[in-house]
Parts: sequence; structure tokens; C-alpha cells
Amino acid sequence: MFTILVSMRADQILHPTPAGLYCPPGDFFIDPVRPVPRALITHGHGDHARSGHGAVMATRQTLEIMAIRYGADFAGQRQAADGPVRVGGTTVSFHPAGHILGSAQIAVQPDHGPKIVVSGDYCRHPNPVSEPYEPVPCDIFVTEATFGLPVFKHPDPAGEMTRLLASMAEFPERQHLIGAYALGKAQRLIMLARQAGIDGPIAIHGALQRLCDYHVEQGIDLGPLVPATAKQVDAQLVIAPPSAFASAWVQRFRDPVIGFASGWMAVRARARQRGVELPLVISDHVDWPQVTRTITELAPREVWITHGTEDGLLRWCELQGIPARPLRLVGYEDEPE
Amino acid sequence: MRAFATLLERLAFTPARNAKLRLLRHYLEATPDPDRGYALAALTGDLKLRTVTPGLLRGLMVERVDEQLFALSYDFVGDLAETIALLWDTDRDEDVPLHQAVALLSETGKAGLPAAIAGMLDRLGPSQRLAFLKLATGNMRIGLSARMARIALAEMGAPDVAQIEEIWHGLTPPYQPLFDWIAGGARPEQAARAPFRPVMLSTPVDLDQLRAFDPADYVAEWKWDGIRVQAINDGGVRRLYSRTGEDISASFPDLIEALNFDGAVDGELLVRRGEDVAVFGDLQKRLGRKQVGRGMLDSHPASLRVYDLMIWGGRDLRDLPLTDRRAALEAADFGSDRIDVSPLLDFATWDDLAALRADPPAPVIEGVMIKRRDSAYVGGRPRGPWFKWKRDPHVVDAVLLYAQRGHGKRSGFYSDFTFGLWEADQLVPVGKAYFGFTDEELRELDRFVRNNTVERFGPVRSIAPKLVLEVAFEGLNASGRHKAGVAMRFPRISRIRWDKPASEADHLSTLKAMIP
Ligand SMILES: [Zn+2]
Ligand SMILES: [Zn+2]
Repeated sequence: MFTILVSMRADQILHPTPAGLYCPPGDFFIDPVRPVPRALITHGHGDHARSGHGAVMATRQTLEIMAIRYGADFAGQRQAADGPVRVGGTTVSFHPAGHILGSAQIAVQPDHGPKIVVSGDYCRHPNPVSEPYEPVPCDIFVTEATFGLPVFKHPDPAGEMTRLLASMAEFPERQHLIGAYALGKAQRLIMLARQAGIDGPIAIHGALQRLCDYHVEQGIDLGPLVPATAKQVDAQLVIAPPSAFASAWVQRFRDPVIGFASGWMAVRARARQRGVELPLVISDHVDWPQVTRTITELAPREVWITHGTEDGLLRWCELQGIPARPLRLVGYEDEPE
Repeated sequence: MRAFATLLERLAFTPARNAKLRLLRHYLEATPDPDRGYALAALTGDLKLRTVTPGLLRGLMVERVDEQLFALSYDFVGDLAETIALLWDTDRDEDVPLHQAVALLSETGKAGLPAAIAGMLDRLGPSQRLAFLKLATGNMRIGLSARMARIALAEMGAPDVAQIEEIWHGLTPPYQPLFDWIAGGARPEQAARAPFRPVMLSTPVDLDQLRAFDPADYVAEWKWDGIRVQAINDGGVRRLYSRTGEDISASFPDLIEALNFDGAVDGELLVRRGEDVAVFGDLQKRLGRKQVGRGMLDSHPASLRVYDLMIWGGRDLRDLPLTDRRAALEAADFGSDRIDVSPLLDFATWDDLAALRADPPAPVIEGVMIKRRDSAYVGGRPRGPWFKWKRDPHVVDAVLLYAQRGHGKRSGFYSDFTFGLWEADQLVPVGKAYFGFTDEELRELDRFVRNNTVERFGPVRSIAPKLVLEVAFEGLNASGRHKAGVAMRFPRISRIRWDKPASEADHLSTLKAMIP
């Protein structure tokens, strides 16, 4: 018998299926949207990390976050990623993505063939709740395009906090209720508020409690937090998940200023749709300058785009002469809320 | 311009009037002259600058951004000025004084404009770029009336709103003398001819309250359903003002032409064809037009029905008792058949007046006005001397269809209600109401909405059509913009009919039959 060493084509190593990105030589899925026998998971956001898989490999923090959200039995087997690991006929490794606590990019190196990096959701702005993004050289770079249009240039979050503080000073008698996704955004917002000089208690909606506790356990000092569940909430700044704003929970606040922290708030029509009074442009995703800079730096042979407003990024790649293709994965939210 | 840009953004997202006023007042207090004056004029639409065309702006972009990327971006953002503000590539973010931007837009020649605009955009960060482009395209869309601006100004210093209104029309941006006055300086000289003078307003009344007064002390007249105006001819300078002091002369050239007198009079603007006063909807067609076509002038002629004289024959009559002003009014010659005098009603007792009010001779009468014979003409809304006794509102029983979450004090409550009436076996939306109920009723309605939601669209929920609301309204206009073909005036929820099944709500035909 001869063993013929044939280098595999990229789409034999990783290709989209209805359940998510599948890697035949390793027999695993990355961030599958349906239950599968073996899943590698980039980060704990609900659209990437789902329960019910046979085996899950992820960073220790992502596994712990999944246990908080879904219960300890969220998967048959759990394996914390630690250095390069053999999975089937591939070697996989996890690298910080700068998106949320525990978030990672997954590098897939087949024995023979191109190296693919699946970046998941990633962000290159400094983020006090996440390890910074690490550029990982690769042949194929798989990127999100949540903010894949040149109109998205996320401002310095400190400037957005200045706007929040200005509003709190302008309307001192009104509580400021800011909507932020429970995992990542909420804790980042709290840290930004601390950096901006808000030392006093910040009230958090009950749905944030366990995830905030977990961040504190991981060494992220969120400062004094009080529950926003009592009839009377004694803090001018209150943070809640977006879903809370449709519930009767809001009714305990008399004449609040309602805000929302999201990259989408950069576009007025989006902010208006939300019906918010104080849109704050704070995002955990790469904006246009970051995604284009990342591709330029990594100089991959090919770019694959998982989800988002991919038409803009595809056009940019075309103008740069970089082969790019959309994977059009379904099941991922623009920016989870 | 950074503070101005921030103000624009806050105003655009702040629904509550009081919050808007506070934002504006803080800005005006913190901003030096002349920038605050230009800002004020920009917000109220009184800043006349060269208007930059969308074509020019697009031209600037295609030189700088790939056309496809621009098209994708514009498609996503939906607003040209905003798209360009977001796309423009510069690292600079200078705080350019607003007056520099104003000077650029008022002084640059056509040929130099594209380069001048690009040069300015190069110096600005994104929020200032948007403010500058909104200024350049003359498209603030902030919804701030000159009236609100004057209220904010009145909160800043000693002069009250009425005093500011009185001199407002003599002022031009950047209003330096006005700000000096507010800061404690001298009152600006009223330089302009035909200034607006604060209008005297009435308070609502009912029969029970009236019984405390002697009918002999009062006169009464019809309350006509048009627009309360002040018409002036001051030495040949003619003006028509709304009761809040907006100059609406340009929309009513036919009436302006007819102001062949010397004085300032208080009256009702109406569309009148011979003796027939047209419905409010006809007058509405004349509103807000910068130019009025010949056809519209012929088919919808404007007229004035005078209630009172403020200045007449060179004399200020406002301190005289009403009976003296009325005598002068009845003796006055207006020299035009577009102008007539509002007749007084003949009554001896309040019950006589109640009978007249219940059966007015024309559908465009909204009720009666009751005025003390000895009342001086006092700007503002003094309590007592003048009353309005409105006709009872119309009511229909409608079915709640949609509810939207409120803002501010109503945060978290579904407080904006869309209701519909039957047409065959369908419910057709006919209007929206967001007041008329008590706080307790609001809580009950909110609970009902949450328990009967069919679908959600953002802040809006569609509701199972079960709850009947009695909706009161002041009048009806035929409307092409509304699906049902009618638009209610001042609709509010007068009763919640928990007892009434939806099938017994009114039909659209019932409502349409009420159109005068
Ligand atoms: Zn994510
Ligand atoms: Zn995602």
C-alpha cells in the first residue's frame, strides 16, 4: 500500500452545513447551531454556544459560562482547550479574540493542507473584560462581518461614556437605564463606567447577576453592584438586558432616560427603531477599519465571511484583489442582544 | 460646533418637551455669542443659508469612496447627510465654531462650494460632520418650534415668554441684543414694523362653574373652528401671525392683500365662500405652503372674522374695557369683504347660552366664547376674564388594535393606542390616542395589552381585538393619508368599555357620516 500525500483543498477541511461549519478530517463542527456529536465553540454568546452537543471543546471560561447559562450538564463531555490539541486528522488551537470573557479564535491545521483560522466574533478595541485579540497567521481567514460597511467606525468608548455622564448630570433626577447584552457588553459597560469615574453603586437587572458574579470571580473588579429588582432602586445608573425593556420591570422607574449600548446605535434609523433616548455606540465587534486592517495584516490567501453585512466586505476584498467568499451561515445574530 | 452637534443629537432622540427645553436651555447658557444665536436660528428654521444640493454631496463622495461601497452604505443608513458624515475619512476632530460654518455656507460662491465643504468636513469628527451637513442641506428635522425656543429663553432670565414674543419678530440671528437683555441688559428696541403682540387666551368652563357668575357681566360669541390669528397693517407693513407668534403671511397672500386698515386685530382665520364658512379641513389645505397657486386661492379663499381690536387708528386699545373695544370694532371699516366681525350672541341666562351652544347654526362652530365686559386685553392666559365653553366632543366606540410603549414618565407602559372601527367584518385602523385615561386606567390598559398580545414588532404590539374604547374627538377631516379616509382631531380615550363586546363597536360608516 502506498500512502499518497495529497494536500486537501480548503473546502474539504471546513465547509458550511445546515448545522454549522463542519470539519471532515477532524469530524467536528465549529459553533454549530444544532446539536452535534462534537463541537468546538468560540465563545459563550447564545448564538454560538448552544446546549445539547455530545462533546464540547472550548476555553475554560467559555465552558464555565455555558455551565452558568445552561446548567452543568449542557453537553455529554467537556474539554478545556489548552495549547494545540489533536482532533482527528487535525491540530486545533484556541487564541484570544478580544470579544468577551473567554472568547477565542479557533485555528485548524490539517496534516496536509491550508491552515484555517475561524475568528468567531472578535474585536480589537481595548476591552477590560477580555484578553486582547491575537493575530494568528493563516492561509484562510474566516471572519465575521457584523459591521462590514465603511460607515461603521466605532468611536472611542470613553467618549460615549462622557455622553452618558453628561446626560446623568443634565438629568440628575432621572435614572438612566442602559440596555446591554447580559454577557460581555454589560460587564464592559460597568468597567467603562468605573473608568469614567462612576464609583458608586450601579444597579443591575436580575438576569445579569450570575454573569457579573462570574466576572468578579475571574478577577474583574466590577465595583459595588446593587440589584435592580427592588421596588426602589437606589442608583442613577441601571444596566439591564434589552429584553427587560419590554417587560413590566421598567415600570418601577419614574421617568427614566432609556439608553442602549450597541454598535448599531451609530446609525440613527437603528437607534430610532429601538426607541431609545440615549444611544451609546459601544461594540464588541470589529468595525470597518479593524476588519480591513486585520485582513491586510494577516494577508491570508483567501477570506471567508461567516455572517453579517458581508456585501461591503466582499466588495473591499475584490478591490484589494483578495479572494473572498461568503459562507452565509444562518443562525447567528447580527450582534446578539 | 461640538456642543451644537451634541445638542442636535440629544434633541433628535428626546421625546419629552420638558427634557428638550432643558437641553436647549443648558446649551444656550453654556455657549458664547454668536454661536448660540445661530444655533437657535438653525433649530427654529430661521437661519437662511445657501442650501447645498444632494448632487453636490454625492459628487464629493464618489471622488473619495468606491461607488459600490457608497451605494451599499447609503442603502443601509438611509439618509444622505448621515451616510456622508459616517463615511468621511479624517482623523481630525477640531471644535470648529458654529459661526465659521455659518459664514462658509452664507458667503462661499457656487464654484468654490464643493471644495469649501470638503475642507470643512476634513476638520470635523463624525457628529460635527453630521451637524454641519444638516445645516448645509437645510434639513434639521428637530421638531423644535420657535415657541419652544422662546420658552427656553424665558427660563434663562427675567423676560417672560410674552415679553420675548413681543420683540421676537424684530430680531435677526444671531440675536445678540436678545441675549444681552436676558443677561440683564436693556430691552432691545422694537425696530420692526408690525410686531406680534401676545394673544389673550381663555380658560375652559362648564355650566356648573358659570352659574357662579352673573351673565349680565359677560358677552358671548361663537367659537369658530379656524385658526386664531393676529392680523396687522402697521403703516403698510402687513403680517399675519398664528397665536404663538409664527408668521404665516406667506401662506395667505389673499388675506394679506385685504388688510386695508391701520391697526392690529385679533380674529379667526377661516376659509369662507360667500357666507359659508368652510370646514377646518379646507383651511388646513392652505397651511404650511410657501407659495399658493391661483387655483387654490380661488377654490379656498381665506378670510378673517374679527373678535377684537388691539391697535386701531394709531391707538393702543388693549387697556380699555372690552365694551369700548367692541364699540370701536363695530364702528370699524375694514374695507374688504374678506373681513367681517364676529357677531355677539343674544342671551339673558346661562341656560339660554347653553341652548345656543347645543344647536349652533353652522358645523364649523366649536362652542362659545364668554368674555367679561370689563376685561382689558391681556396677553397670555389670565384666569377668569375669558372662558371657552366647547361643544361636547364627538364619540365613537372603537376597538383597540395596537399599542406602543411610551417614553419618560410612561416608560415601560403601553400608552399609545391605535384603534379601529368595523368595515364589513374587518377592523380598519382610524386613529391613535395617548391620553384621556387616568394613571390607574393606564395600568389596567397596560396589563390588558400584555395579556392579549398577538404579535410584537419592536416597541409595538398587535392586540387581540377584544377591548372597546370610547374615543372622544373634536372634529373630523377627510384625509387621503389615512387608510380609513378620515382623520380625527384631538382624539382621546374618554372611557374604557370593559363591558362592551368588540362586535358592538361602531362602524366606519358611522364615523364618516360625522364629516361635516
Ligand atoms: Zn458574540
Ligand atoms: Zn456572534
